[in-house]
Amino acid sequence: MLRDITLGQFYPTESCIHRLDPRVKLGGTMLYIISLFCFKNAAGYLLAALFLALVVRLSKVPFRFMVKGMKSILFLLLITVGFNLFLTPGTPLVSLWKLQITREGIILAATMAVRLSLLIIGSSVMTLTTTPNHLTDGMEKMLRPLKIFRLPVHEVAMMMSIALRFIPILLEETDRIMKAQIARGADFESGNLFKRAKAMVPLLVPLFISAFRRANDLAMAMEARCYRGGEGRTKMKPLLYTRADYLAYGVLVFYMVFSITAGRNTFYVLPWK
Amino acid sequence: MKMIKTDKLTYEYIRRDDDGNVEGITTAVDNVSLDVDAGEFIAILGHNGSGKSTLAKHINAILNPTHGTVWVDGKDTSDEANLWDIRQTAGMVFQNPDNQIIGQVVEEDVGFGPENIGIPTRQIWERVEESLRAVGMYEYRKYSPNKLSGGQKQRVSIAGVLAMHPKCIVLDEPTAMLDPNGRKEVIRAVRALNDVEKITVVLITHYMEETIHADRVFVMDRGKIAMEGAPREVFSQVDKLKELRLDVPQVTLLAYELQKRGLQLPNGILTVQELTQELSRILAERERK
Amino acid sequence: MAILLDHVNYIYNEDTPMAAHVLKDICLEIPDGQFVGVIGHTGSGKSTLMQHFNGLLRATSGHIYYNGEDIYKDDYDMKKLRSKVGLVFQYPEHQLFEIDVFSDVCFGPRNLGLDKRETELRAYDALRRVGLEDELFYQSPFDLSGGQKRRVAIAGVLAMKPDVLILDEPTAGLDPKGRDEILQQVKKLQTETGMTILLVSHSMEDVAEYVDRILVMNRGSVLFDDTPRNVFAHYRELEEVGLAAPQVTYILNELRNNGLDVDTSAITTKEAADEIMKLF
Repeated sequence: MLRDITLGQFYPTESCIHRLDPRVKLGGTMLYIISLFCFKNAAGYLLAALFLALVVRLSKVPFRFMVKGMKSILFLLLITVGFNLFLTPGTPLVSLWKLQITREGIILAATMAVRLSLLIIGSSVMTLTTTPNHLTDGMEKMLRPLKIFRLPVHEVAMMMSIALRFIPILLEETDRIMKAQIARGADFESGNLFKRAKAMVPLLVPLFISAFRRANDLAMAMEARCYRGGEGRTKMKPLLYTRADYLAYGVLVFYMVFSITAGRNTFYVLPWK
Repeated sequence: MKMIKTDKLTYEYIRRDDDGNVEGITTAVDNVSLDVDAGEFIAILGHNGSGKSTLAKHINAILNPTHGTVWVDGKDTSDEANLWDIRQTAGMVFQNPDNQIIGQVVEEDVGFGPENIGIPTRQIWERVEESLRAVGMYEYRKYSPNKLSGGQKQRVSIAGVLAMHPKCIVLDEPTAMLDPNGRKEVIRAVRALNDVEKITVVLITHYMEETIHADRVFVMDRGKIAMEGAPREVFSQVDKLKELRLDVPQVTLLAYELQKRGLQLPNGILTVQELTQELSRILAERERK
Repeated sequence: MAILLDHVNYIYNEDTPMAAHVLKDICLEIPDGQFVGVIGHTGSGKSTLMQHFNGLLRATSGHIYYNGEDIYKDDYDMKKLRSKVGLVFQYPEHQLFEIDVFSDVCFGPRNLGLDKRETELRAYDALRRVGLEDELFYQSPFDLSGGQKRRVAIAGVLAMKPDVLILDEPTAGLDPKGRDEILQQVKKLQTETGMTILLVSHSMEDVAEYVDRILVMNRGSVLFDDTPRNVFAHYRELEEVGLAAPQVTYILNELRNNGLDVDTSAITTKEAADEIMKLF
């Protein structure tokens, strides 16, 4: 059951967004998020939404996959909207018992909802179109300049990719250990907090022992295959920019300039502001 | 020159109790001297705890001898300067298929070794392709290792070693965690390495039937080599093998049983075909008389 | 009174694109006291089937009756079922966790809510039954050999006093001698206690001489269900699905095909040798 959780939920298909260099996608996502926080009027959000719609379309990932990602944070979204809606002081429109909804509250809540939704869909476009492996590669290369501060960039990236490989294996193992202990009458579900924490011991001990054994085996296997850190290593799949990547950077710059100018210009401010 | 040579190889480790006090010394490998020629297929048999895996780890310089010397392709394994050369010359495949695959995609895992030794990108791709083809896993190059069967995972591990262009491959119980189909797949791939690619193979196992195609078989017990010879010679000594906690293929056992009851069968019969042929031969001779 | 499976289906990940029909319309009856070998290779559904017997997995459709009671009834006591149908998983490493062997075996009976005295009596009895030497009782289970760990894992379930014992590949990873020792111990346990035992394995040769009945699983269905002798008679069909009958079956059949008059039903080397000697 647990093994089907795909981390980073990559959606495998062929598209021009999938083929982009992970650095473009990482940088692009960051810029997009920054742009969302710069807007002062609705036109900016409209442009951002249109741009995102275009990217989603190009990525060939069905829109419902994006919405699926939204479900998990729906709760958070509702709280934010609720707080803004009821707790913003200003011109009262409706009064419910002690709470009142103000004009400013509605505007702020709507802005927050739009901003958060775009932010989440925007970043899930990145995770849906980039394999976790590619993502770590991209991060490793983008963070390479930090090496001069003696940060072990390669090692951290290697650790992340190994973790990604072993998470499904360890999840499956957790499932099996749980079953083995349930078969011996273990109860993971009832009792108070203390009792439940205690019930985890028969699960955690075998899991830790197994994880350590795996780590030990893996280290030996890596050494046997001549692994000795990032020094002198070549890459099977080196990251190289292609024309499409430069083009994408161009599009990004254009979007940033255009949307931020539009989004901050009071000329476009809609009647209600 | 010998591909592998060990001279009076001994490996000891100190056992400690929970407080770190010395409890005693265990000799895992005890005074073992053996030679392996280039291109040979040798098998090392032994029950769990007989020292066979400890011996294997010396060939890849994962362990260094307490006493004695190990040479791989003429290089002394205890010399630090030879370390990476030796690991490239003698590749190693381990028991647990999950704990030795590093990549998240089959082809990336096979490329891991060549990346480590600084092979240029274009050649890595060539090596990955030829290695995956050699073990019959090329069609699976884009798969996640988690979606493969045990036998397939072990073949990927073999390809990963092959891509480093070793002269010798040591396989440390590669089939112990597999089902019969997976075991057959892996053994077939190993035999192809030896027959086609002419790579020296050291296969460590406790399944007798996997060793019948080896050039020579060593049986280990308590860190020492207890028996040595061609598979036929070793398998003919059924009683001695049983003493060493091993068993022989059922055919060999049946032939042995029939011998004890007075049939004139040759020693160390290994396959069903051999036995039926021999039995038919004896019957035909009887009729002539 | 036996276990009864009535048209059991299990669909993994139902309603998703990854749905897989793992068990297909299984109907079975396991009478009390029988020793059953369950054979099939990885992915045949044998382990999934075993997890239905004690309710760890719930059938997508169909019914399972234990001693005449439907285990899917709303008020059925699952915890009690799990103590009556003991399941030992393949890797002992997945269940051993206590600081010493004896406490580990106490885990099961303690979960049943038994008092200290009864718990320890049962643990002691279970450890004796699996043939573990007394001097190992207070050792860490992690320092034991593969075969010893396996015994402790079995004792851990036996201590719950189950009526049915299911062993999922108890010999995986053991050397030949270790394998024979475990199988003999299980057989002894079965004759002494009269328990029902289901032993999952992927080797016919290993279990042939111990079991009363063999259940061959293939792609989620029961392919053969009969005595070892009758199952091996289908050695050609077994071959087709990638399972092998014992080598002696092949030899005797080969001889018979060569026109010799031999009975091909032998399953051990001794029986086969007796049969062949009749020719001379």
